[in-house]
Amino acid sequence: MVEACGVESAEQLFSHLPDGVRLKRPLNLAPGVSEYDIVDYFRARAAECANGYASFLGAGVYAHYRPVLVDTVVSRGEFLTSYTPYQAEISQGTLVTIFEFQTMICQLTGMEVANASMYDGSTAVPEAAMMAARITGRDGVLVARSVHPEYREVLLTYARNQGMPVQEFGYNNDSGAAELADLESKITDATAAVIVQSPNFFGVIENVKKLAEIAHRHGALLVFIFTEAVSLGLLEPPAEADIVAGELQSFAISPSFGGPFAGIIATKEKFMRQMPGRLVGETVDSRGNRAFCLTLATREQHIRREKATSNICTNQALIALMATVFMTVYGKRGLRELAEQNLAKAHYLGAKLKPRFTGAYFNEFVAATNGKTPDAINQSLLKKKIIGGVPLSRWYPELENSMLLCVTEMNKREHMDQLVEAWQ
Amino acid sequence: MKVRSHITQNEALLFEMGSPGKIGYQLPSLDVPAVDAAATLGQENVRAEIEGFPEVSEVEAIRHFTRLSTWNYAIDLGLYPLGSCTMKYNPRVNELVARLDGLAWAHPYQPEALAQGAMEVMARLEAALAEITGMDAVTLQPAAGAHGELTGILLIRALLEKRGNPRKKILIPDSAHGTNPATAAIAGYAVENIHSNARGMVDLAELERVVDKDVAALMMTNPNTLGVFDDNMAGVAEIMHKKGALVYMDGANMNALVGITRPGDFGVDVMHLNLHKTFSTPHGGGGPGGGPVAVKKILEPFLPAPRMKRLRNRWAFDYKRPRAIGKVRAYYGNFGVIVRALAYILAHGGDGLRNATVDAVLNANYIRRKLEPFYDLPYTAPNMHEVVFSDDRQAKLGVRTGDIAKRLIDYGFHPYTVSFPLIVHGALMIEPTETESKLELDLFIEAMTAIAKEVETDPQLVRSAPHSTRTSKVDEVGAARRPILRWKPREIQAAH
Repeated sequence: MVEACGVESAEQLFSHLPDGVRLKRPLNLAPGVSEYDIVDYFRARAAECANGYASFLGAGVYAHYRPVLVDTVVSRGEFLTSYTPYQAEISQGTLVTIFEFQTMICQLTGMEVANASMYDGSTAVPEAAMMAARITGRDGVLVARSVHPEYREVLLTYARNQGMPVQEFGYNNDSGAAELADLESKITDATAAVIVQSPNFFGVIENVKKLAEIAHRHGALLVFIFTEAVSLGLLEPPAEADIVAGELQSFAISPSFGGPFAGIIATKEKFMRQMPGRLVGETVDSRGNRAFCLTLATREQHIRREKATSNICTNQALIALMATVFMTVYGKRGLRELAEQNLAKAHYLGAKLKPRFTGAYFNEFVAATNGKTPDAINQSLLKKKIIGGVPLSRWYPELENSMLLCVTEMNKREHMDQLVEAWQ
Repeated sequence: MKVRSHITQNEALLFEMGSPGKIGYQLPSLDVPAVDAAATLGQENVRAEIEGFPEVSEVEAIRHFTRLSTWNYAIDLGLYPLGSCTMKYNPRVNELVARLDGLAWAHPYQPEALAQGAMEVMARLEAALAEITGMDAVTLQPAAGAHGELTGILLIRALLEKRGNPRKKILIPDSAHGTNPATAAIAGYAVENIHSNARGMVDLAELERVVDKDVAALMMTNPNTLGVFDDNMAGVAEIMHKKGALVYMDGANMNALVGITRPGDFGVDVMHLNLHKTFSTPHGGGGPGGGPVAVKKILEPFLPAPRMKRLRNRWAFDYKRPRAIGKVRAYYGNFGVIVRALAYILAHGGDGLRNATVDAVLNANYIRRKLEPFYDLPYTAPNMHEVVFSDDRQAKLGVRTGDIAKRLIDYGFHPYTVSFPLIVHGALMIEPTETESKLELDLFIEAMTAIAKEVETDPQLVRSAPHSTRTSKVDEVGAARRPILRWKPREIQAAH
């Protein structure tokens, strides 16, 4: 090959690089190692993390059982090692699964169209806000303080540079739900989007109909965020919202220290052309058979460049496939039963710890720590190999002596009872 | 000959199979009392059943996805020469280590004392990427290349704001990826395109002319999308820095440089890497990716929170970052992708990474030499890891790059990147990566040569390709004209 290239050695292929830019020493990295050594290294790192602990952490990342079929499917090289399905004739496998994904997200959320995925829930939020700004021709954003704090931080990062003023509205100190009066007092005819999350960061279910009514009365769009996708198996879908931006991590995507996850954006058909991200559509091939392909690409960066609806290119296709397999395995009946188990378990614990807020909750709630500090409780739990809840004072100084607890189908009753003991 | 026909099965959509009540799951029995959802949550908060949702058995589910998988092409099936996409082999050990319980089940809010292994993995990858790029600090937070671009441009904006003026424009060469201008717009900048010179490189005279006090940065890809290393880099950086502007490098083509030269050593201030290109993490049909951003010291204070810091004998997250641009994503990044990329780097070591670069460049040059007699090469500067031909010769006979690409499928290969970069008329952009053996390259070259001859003898055969796929040429225009983006029951479809 070297000879065919007309050089004496492969090194010569770099001889045109200016001498000044060449690296004249080896990279200062450890020498390569065997597969065994690699497994050994990562086993040691994994052993330095929590292993064999029961956990009540939620707050946007949930521990749900992952059906075996999920990894069986996504480990197939045909899905794992293929590129974005630009060449439709040899990518129908990926395209069909994305079309099924888009359909199931619509069925779950009550929306009419859904995209092929966003990076995660947090980045879907500013994308939804920018989309609302394009649709309404306005630039103001009102976001509930009961939206995941890290999601709000990401929103601010994007909005600051888009010239979109972001204002927060509070939560009701009794119910833990978004404070409607505060929203009413802050919404104006410059508001493009009202952003709420349900169940919200405190686990409380929001009144979507009422929030939508307020937003719409002022000509703004309601952006509905979800972080706990399993809740959609049981809770009324946010059909009154204009844009749904969510995180599917709960659907068989491991917590994995925060990623990779899969976000989505879903909306009404009339807003379809303002959506960010990839979309798969149904069509036919030249023989008249049903076929699928990427479509409406004129919204996207590779065609529209600086006028695109978003700069997103690579999304989370394989992770979205995990969610697709999860939704298929659980199906219509299973997703509801799973959600009902979560509800029952969380309410078993909630009945014993008395939630700080009165609002209805799904599988997460805020509990006051009754004179102890959240850290003291968590420290005592760690001795029993239990990771407690997320202390809230980091984001909500006013909720100093309280923590957010999450209970899923993976939490056993005995651990809940131990947790209650630590409270005494 | 790479191809023989093979059975593929038909498969309905999930919504067209199964039957009411069919299930493929079993939950453990509930160890607490059941609750009545309507009584607990209020009837108004409880949904009716999810209309249309799948009802299939476990066997039906696995057959469904397995059958669909056989309709895909993949690197595991052969050469995937998409230019600028770096479709290299995805080592399976990386999949295994990313699924180890301690890593895969680590919650981002678990106590730091119980996350030390995960933090060590992140710290080690940051250090390795800093060494590979010659930069001073790395953030792993961005989720993909375009997200890294946005992070990088926001860092530039933050630095310029601190200096008193964020400025208004980003310069982008006409050979750039579409994400570059889209990113600049999302970061609140206007885009000014600059022309490449006859060698496909940034034209220093034009650059000198257009850089003024409104220009915040130049976003360039090096090697550029022609696969050509811009040997003016020192001059480019000097012009930008003299005017108080910065140099952003899109690291999409870093597979051509690792171990050979470092952006930090040729004047780049900030860049992103694509872990799903250079560092072998799987593309997965379009993601997930990883888009770490590497910066020079002057930009370090602005990196998103949290940063990791080493205390006496442990890692800790540092959220006190008053000058940070803010978070670009919740938590710390696509950690599972970070694990895989580090596994790749550990397997190769410094020498192995450099060897991969040399092999990737050798493979691209071999293809160039072998195909030059059959396809026009509009830019003749030495190429690195990819080569870009034009369809000029074939277009005279009525066959375009897109047709040749589809015909390539009949020969058992995934097409190259079609019609990009835009500065080449009818581009065929080919990147073989280091993964491919001479045997696979020769089969590809044979196929491309045969197609070049077919264009002369039977152009219609090429224009109507592919002929051997289970799905023939797909009507993409029809799909866009009347978008059907979700399945609906037949009666609803009919009513439409």
